[in-house]
Amino acid sequence: MTTVAEVGYYEAWWIQLLKALVIFIAVFQLVPVVLLAERKVLGRFQHRYGPNRTGPYGALQPLADIGKLLFKQQFRPRGAVGWMFALAPAISMFTAVATMALIPFSDTVNIFGTEVGLYGIDPSIGILYAFAFGGLAFYGLVLGGWSSGSKYSFLGSMRAAAQLISYEIAQGLALVGVVMMAGTLSLTELVAAQSGPGNVWFIIPQFVGFIIFLVAGFAETNRPPFDLPEADAELVQGYSTEYGGGRFAAYYAAEYLNIIVVSAFVATLFLGGWNLPFVAPPEWTHPLIVLGKTIAILFLFLWVRATLPRLRYDQLMSLGWKVFLPLATVNALVTAILVVVL
Amino acid sequence: MAYDPGADVIEVVRAPKAGPARASYRAFGETLRGLKTTMARWAEGTHTFQYPEEKTPVYPRFRGRHKLHRFEDTGLEKCVGCSLCAAACPADCIRVVAAENTEETRVSAGERYAAVYEINLSRCIFCGYCEAACPFDAITMGHDYELSDYNRSDLIFTKEMLLAEPLERTPLRRAGE
Repeated sequence: MTTVAEVGYYEAWWIQLLKALVIFIAVFQLVPVVLLAERKVLGRFQHRYGPNRTGPYGALQPLADIGKLLFKQQFRPRGAVGWMFALAPAISMFTAVATMALIPFSDTVNIFGTEVGLYGIDPSIGILYAFAFGGLAFYGLVLGGWSSGSKYSFLGSMRAAAQLISYEIAQGLALVGVVMMAGTLSLTELVAAQSGPGNVWFIIPQFVGFIIFLVAGFAETNRPPFDLPEADAELVQGYSTEYGGGRFAAYYAAEYLNIIVVSAFVATLFLGGWNLPFVAPPEWTHPLIVLGKTIAILFLFLWVRATLPRLRYDQLMSLGWKVFLPLATVNALVTAILVVVL
Repeated sequence: MAYDPGADVIEVVRAPKAGPARASYRAFGETLRGLKTTMARWAEGTHTFQYPEEKTPVYPRFRGRHKLHRFEDTGLEKCVGCSLCAAACPADCIRVVAAENTEETRVSAGERYAAVYEINLSRCIFCGYCEAACPFDAITMGHDYELSDYNRSDLIFTKEMLLAEPLERTPLRRAGE
């Protein structure tokens, strides 16, 4: 049997189960926070307060939203392909959660005498794993839009597919520079390559890669200015037009989960993970540092949403193919030469 | 000779022309400018009135709910029941039934008075024509705009309700506000 990937550190099965639960619960708690933060931050950008009536400072607003969605009818159009229609939101949710497992919050730490790695899993093919699930995530959108049996949904899923091929190659190539500099695909080793004296965060030597990865991240999570698959002004919410109730909630949660995951990836790959400049933070602050950096990138997501209008369909494709792909290639080439020469 | 606009020339800021350098400036420089603009909006703070707690102040000539008036010295009603307001009303929401003043019961200063004076505020369009039509300034538009109710019939305001001193629920706009 061939080994697809090796895992950096093995724990007992019950530790793996436990930490999987803990990470899932901890990161999933961020979803309502981001949901609320988005509405409040967008409000501030538009001279408004955002929701502030439900609970203290509007803190119960996501709960009210989710409660409303869960009590709605599970509607299915007559032309829909039943099982696929039900499966698609589950795919979106599954891939988002699966990618979440990769985010390293710290290296192996000693908790009550047990060595535990503060990540779901640390395979030697970390980044490839993330890209595999990022590619699968679009099946959720494409199948959902296609199986709805509605023109708007179909157009949305077509756009999702076109969007996927136009950004994903550039996104992958943007990370090649980082991978070459660190010489590894494992995320904990990538963070380790950014720590210690003489090493800097990859945002400095790989700034072009950072920009490309970030912009591609906006496209991957269907965020404005690349929210073409759901373009609510022209496509009536695109792939999720026919969805309602719990299934729509699943799509919604998966979208926000994807944003969190992409932000955490940017924090890990380019902002040094749990490292801080000039000081070596104590071990127990590592998850908080990762979380802080993730939240900073999340804010950038909301900030960009408040700023940029949606790109046209062909503009996104020409941006992906004509600007980012050559740029990422040149970036990888230059990095390769420098890595060999220096 | 080309036209010389002279000192009146207005500087026109044009979009960057196409080309690699210009295009990348447009993509990144203008994006950063946009981000700066939106953040400046945040720094300006909110312009929201937290409505039920904080009410939008109205201008002195704001046309809110109507008021009927009495003479301050005698306490007699100004309305003489002439129905000019009802005639002027484009929404046809005012109903006036006049009656004669007698020696024993004198309600208004004139010969007659309004025995029934009703305004259906669910029909009223707050145009202020009734105020303009009134020869005695008996009816004016007040400042109250909080007029919702649970029953349509509760929105038919009778003479007693219109004569009563209204609750000051809406603040008046200060000078310069």
